[in-house]
Amino acid sequence: MENELAISKAGYDDNNVVTTTQYIVIALGTEQYGIDIKYIDNIVRMQQITRVPQVSPYWKGVINLRGEVIPVMSLRVKMGLESDVETKNSRIIIIKQDQHEPIGVLVDSVKEVVTLSSNQVEKVTGEAKEDGYVSGIGKQETGLISLLDIEQVMQDM
Amino acid sequence: MDVSQYLDIFLDESREHLQNLNTNVLALEQDSENMDTINEIFRTAHTLKGMAGTMGYKRMQNLTHDMENVFSEVRDGNIKVTSSMVDTLFQCLDALEEYVTTIQETSDEGDNDNQPIINALNACLDAKGGEAPKEEAPKKSKKGGKKAKEAAPEEKAEKAASEVTAIQLNEDEQKAVEDAMLANKKLYSVLVKVQENCLLKAARAFLVFKAIEEFGEVVAANPSTQDIEDENFEFEFKVLIAADGELDPIIAAIKSVSEIADAFGGIFEGGSVESGETEENAAPEAAAPAEKEQEAKKETHEAKTTEVAKTESAAPAKSGGNAPAKKAAGKPAVNRTVRVDIEKLDSLMNLVSELIIAKNSLVSSATSMGNNNSQLNDHIEYLESVTTNLHESVMKVRMVPIESVVTKFPRMIRDLSKKLNKPIELYMTGEETELDRTVVDEIGDPLMHLLRNSADHGIESPEERASRGKPEVGSIYLDAYQDGNNVVIEVKDDGNGIDVDAVRRKAVERGVLTEDQAAAADDNEIINLLFMPSFSTAKQVTDVSGRGVGLDVVKSKIESLSGEVDVKTKLGEGSTFSIRLPLTLAIIQALMVVVGNEKYAMALGGIQTIEDINPSDIKTVQGNEVINLRGNVIPLIRLDHVVGVESTRAEDENMVVVIARKGDKLAGFVVDELIGQQEIVIKSMGKYINKCKFISGATILGDGEIALIIDANALI
Repeated sequence: MENELAISKAGYDDNNVVTTTQYIVIALGTEQYGIDIKYIDNIVRMQQITRVPQVSPYWKGVINLRGEVIPVMSLRVKMGLESDVETKNSRIIIIKQDQHEPIGVLVDSVKEVVTLSSNQVEKVTGEAKEDGYVSGIGKQETGLISLLDIEQVMQDM
Repeated sequence: MDVSQYLDIFLDESREHLQNLNTNVLALEQDSENMDTINEIFRTAHTLKGMAGTMGYKRMQNLTHDMENVFSEVRDGNIKVTSSMVDTLFQCLDALEEYVTTIQETSDEGDNDNQPIINALNACLDAKGGEAPKEEAPKKSKKGGKKAKEAAPEEKAEKAASEVTAIQLNEDEQKAVEDAMLANKKLYSVLVKVQENCLLKAARAFLVFKAIEEFGEVVAANPSTQDIEDENFEFEFKVLIAADGELDPIIAAIKSVSEIADAFGGIFEGGSVESGETEENAAPEAAAPAEKEQEAKKETHEAKTTEVAKTESAAPAKSGGNAPAKKAAGKPAVNRTVRVDIEKLDSLMNLVSELIIAKNSLVSSATSMGNNNSQLNDHIEYLESVTTNLHESVMKVRMVPIESVVTKFPRMIRDLSKKLNKPIELYMTGEETELDRTVVDEIGDPLMHLLRNSADHGIESPEERASRGKPEVGSIYLDAYQDGNNVVIEVKDDGNGIDVDAVRRKAVERGVLTEDQAAAADDNEIINLLFMPSFSTAKQVTDVSGRGVGLDVVKSKIESLSGEVDVKTKLGEGSTFSIRLPLTLAIIQALMVVVGNEKYAMALGGIQTIEDINPSDIKTVQGNEVINLRGNVIPLIRLDHVVGVESTRAEDENMVVVIARKGDKLAGFVVDELIGQQEIVIKSMGKYINKCKFISGATILGDGEIALIIDANALI
């Protein structure tokens, strides 16, 4: 897979209005990813995951979240990274979208919440966008954050 | 008064009556002399007519009226039930059903008069002329019959007239009476008696008022209109009618209202017969109305005070005296059912599920605390039995007999039999078998498909049957019964059966299978092709079936209900389609097992025994492991292989084998450990992760851990 991202300078929105969005920053290995806070229902500590036979490898299994059975996926495996190593920092992010059933996403750790204004975000377009789960790159003093396109991730299952 | 509040009841009741009529007309065709059936049909039709009338559905009322006429003639023995008449009656029932459907959708009956059917019904009446010549001409006798019916009340009316005409008037009503008199209208006082088992007295009363409005105006009522609307009356009420025409048609209209026991009355004399104006009343009709009424008006004023006093004392005495006696005589059956929204039951069921999970947690904490507190254990055991009973009760509340779905089938088979020119009989058993309401609502269509299939593809033409030495009349059986935690519904026919080779050829022709695949596939695999979309073997496409939709719809529908469909067939002898459905969808008794280090639940329903098997007893047949258990050769399924874990048992160690049954097939599931029996709540795993067929869901154990539920049926 080509790692070149076609980045377009989208400094200004159409109406020249600068909007801000909050992201939760998570770590997968050495990289940082941002997930739009509006999709996030909850963040829970690592807990026992019941394996489900004969499903795609990125499904880790199901957990019991206050009486609901929720499937949990490994974002690492899904993104093509090597499989997870459970640590005390591992977290499960519960993602809920209106039309979809909730799912859990297993990540290495949850760092912080950042607020990015639209002019801090470079949109990813073209080919790179089509086959990836990154919708944009957020620029911060502390470094770059790949912004995950959750809808794309959910659609791809 | 607004009738919309009665609409639901009207729709429900009409459907019930129509179903009843369907069943009875069908019975009538078999046994056209049975007076009980004829009377029952007549009664039902009459009630239906009254209901349609109450609700103001004129077209529906007219059609039912004409149908009722036919039944009335049949009842009187004036005409005989013929096959063509039954056809007409069924058409008529279909048309009525259409009205009901239209009413349900639009609250209006639509504008289809169904004149052809009405004509056909009248033709049935006319046909009588030839068959029963001693009677008068049909039309006349129809009237005659009616007249005769009215005659009796008329006599009664005369006797009762004096009692009836005593009606209380308030000032407004008095004014209305005067106005009516000035307008040269005739005033009639009528006593209406409602049947004592009538549930909706106000609705019936409303219908009476509506019927009266066809002829004239209700100027006064006793009790007051408001009281009647509020059902504040016993079983009778009096109305004062101002009309242009005669009294007879009004009385007849009132009596045509269903659940009206009787109605009679006479000309209202302004005051009362009782108040002493008998001389003037002697020839009421002879006197010129205008003059008469002018006089009456004056008298009314004078008589009013005494009259009111009289009736007031008379009325309570009457109701007080008569009503209790009547009640004692024929106590109406009290309806002891409640209609509940299914959503409320769903939420009740959810709560019960939560309670059972909580109870399971309690059980597991008590176990981990050790067994030294026997009192606690007693309480927990008690709680367990209560929650189990609670669950069963809630489940039972949701259960309805499949009867509501299957009663329409005899009629359908009859129609098909006519259409296809094949004599077919349908035999049904087990209509009382109960299933969850949601399941029952859904199985109607699949069953209909299967029955149509049997009638169209299964049963051969009479000539063919004769040449095969079978009885000319084909038989289709619809049997339902409970089998453990499942309900099985079988559709069986004694027809041709499935021609497996024809299906095989068709599969190759359609490119579904290659020649080699087709040759290699066994009969079962070939038969299962029939459940694929767009695969129909009927040589001719009829409008009954044969368009290639049906069996695949049946399969997907049943599977969506967590059930399954199975076919057994023998060429030349017939086929059996069996549908197996789970009794309940939410909470089951399960056997908890351990495979590798993982816990799994298996529904207890299908489990026969648990065996301890020595590995040396395992034989191999065609590469598959089997055991010989008391003479039965049972295939072994190693669950550790199925779920993909390492067994914790050594190769030479004895194995725990759970023997499960599906239909008449047995299989042995090899597990590592048994935990025990537990009541579990089935939770869906969602669509993302539910890709694997043999996992039917998950459940949350007492300690919060999740165990997956293995669907043994999918593996056998």
